[in-house]
Amino acid sequence: MEHAGHGAGVMEERPFAIPSSKLVMWLFIISDACTFGAVLFAYGYIRNSAADWPLVFEAGSIWNSLVMTFILVSSSLTVLFAVKAARSDDRAAAFRWTLITAGLGVLFTVLHIREWLSLIGEGARMFQNPWGAPMFGAAFFSVTGLHMAHVMGGVIALLVVGSGYKAGRYAFRHVEIWSLYWHFVDLVWMFVVPLIYLLNMKR
Amino acid sequence: MSAQNSNSMGTTYIVYAVILIIAVIQVVVAMAMGPSLGRMLILAVIQGYLAVMFFMHLRDEKPTLRLALIPGTLFVLVMLNMIWADSFRLMVMRPFAK
Repeated sequence: MEHAGHGAGVMEERPFAIPSSKLVMWLFIISDACTFGAVLFAYGYIRNSAADWPLVFEAGSIWNSLVMTFILVSSSLTVLFAVKAARSDDRAAAFRWTLITAGLGVLFTVLHIREWLSLIGEGARMFQNPWGAPMFGAAFFSVTGLHMAHVMGGVIALLVVGSGYKAGRYAFRHVEIWSLYWHFVDLVWMFVVPLIYLLNMKR
Repeated sequence: MSAQNSNSMGTTYIVYAVILIIAVIQVVVAMAMGPSLGRMLILAVIQGYLAVMFFMHLRDEKPTLRLALIPGTLFVLVMLNMIWADSFRLMVMRPFAK
């Protein structure tokens, strides 16, 4: 109990029974969920109001997005292994699983950049493309770019916290808190795939 | 109760498999029947629920935390739906009746 000791008798019980740092991460996550929600709604707005919205994703891109889903969901599992190891105070194993998670995040980013380059190669730009509504590029690159930035930020955070935990600078709760962030990145992808990729699949 | 204590890794593996199976179903259904927004969203919400409750262990936290986080977030996301009327107006390129 962190607050036992000085002032424990007069302090009010914490309503959520979690460390304040974990509560802060939860608050960040719900605010970020609203940010992603707003971006996806904005995408829906311009898609809905465009008469010639392009359906560009071929089967190859769809299967690629499924592979990326597999990688990201698997990284959620590996970060849980890191948390489990950290709870057991196995610092080497926690660091190892954190590295594996970060590696999967990098692999996800590489596949995503490959997808971007493929679209750019076909002529897609932020405000023009050869297929139809010029805002397609703005919507696609904004939503997936924001998500990719979160993945890369998560990779950096996991490496910092994982190595810091191994060196004894960070505690178990830091690993646990950043695992929450990583799961959130995974959660957002579960909505990006159907809304961005599947709805814009070539038919 | 400490978060995650009550959640065995066995449950985690099952949730992991279910989330991946739903992802495959999403793609197969979209390819076979066409991507219906409703169907896609329902499957994504199920995946999201499983991730939040079992991966993020929100189900193991105190109910007050769930109450503090979920209704407010859902309220904001529901209120965002007010934009659709305007996007439909743009689609037919005419203003609302005065």
